[in-house]
Amino acid sequence: MAEPLVRALALAMLLAPGGWALAREAPPAAQDPVLEQRVMAISGELRCLVCQNQTIADSNAELAADLRKEVREKIRQGQSDREIIDFMVERYGDFVLYRPPFKATTLLLWLGPLLLLATGLTILFRRLAHPRVKGDVELTADERDRARRLLASKETGEG
Amino acid sequence: MNRFLLPVGIFAALVALLGVGLTLNPREVPSPLIGKAAPHFELPQLHDSAKTFSEKDMLGKVWVLNVWASWCVSCREEHPVLLDLAKSGAVPIYGLNYKDRRPEGLGWLKNMGDPYQISAFDADGRVGIDYGVYGVPETYVIDKRGVIRYKRIGPLTTEIVKEKVLPLVQELGRG
Repeated sequence: MAEPLVRALALAMLLAPGGWALAREAPPAAQDPVLEQRVMAISGELRCLVCQNQTIADSNAELAADLRKEVREKIRQGQSDREIIDFMVERYGDFVLYRPPFKATTLLLWLGPLLLLATGLTILFRRLAHPRVKGDVELTADERDRARRLLASKETGEG
Repeated sequence: MNRFLLPVGIFAALVALLGVGLTLNPREVPSPLIGKAAPHFELPQLHDSAKTFSEKDMLGKVWVLNVWASWCVSCREEHPVLLDLAKSGAVPIYGLNYKDRRPEGLGWLKNMGDPYQISAFDADGRVGIDYGVYGVPETYVIDKRGVIRYKRIGPLTTEIVKEKVLPLVQELGRG
């Protein structure tokens, strides 16, 4: 049961068009723990563009390893965190930042959720302040009769 | 009936929004390099490590830089398109052989045909980083002043060449 499925999957992967095959094993971390901590801190702010929901610190993709190496070298050259992050943004764009900057093109991204919340709360409070159904509903004699019959039949378990 | 109209309307709008989202390719990140000078590099050539190739050699010409590697699956798919483009003579194509091994890169060109005037050999991928490469193959159109005018991430197709690359090359060639 399982084996044909695995085979079919493997075949599908082989035949799939495209595919940016880039993932590899992560290389061992360098010796200097202080440097390495800074490398990881900066890498944690940068998105891996190969596996887009991971940071460069988390990703095992080869490009992420290269970029960590790049970060490490730049720290050794004495560059500041800001300079290193700017270097990445210049090449890969704002998208490389795991925390997107607050600017005109990202206004909706940052304020969208607040906007939705505000809209929801407004609707909620309006409804609460002006309920649509006001007071008791007057039933006609016929309706009252029917209601009584329905309730009675339910109680005796007939209907 | 009327009270269902609003929720159904909102639902339909949401479906439309998410539907459009599904058709977009999250890998197509707009490159900040478009409209900027092509980053400087000087690399040994793939065929002759004694000679170098630099983007400066190309000043005054409209050209295409294509990032490729023998290990890259999509490059295999793209290759015939590049061969056709090279044969048409519309624009010279230069290769950046990215994180490859020399014998493998050379073997690939020998087996599959060589659309490149020259391929630069970027063994450690440093030039790739300067060009913001993250999904080989990538293709750049660079104008006479050495400014990047177009970038394609992922394989070129016949349609893209016809609809994007060739018109742009023609327009840049006039300017």
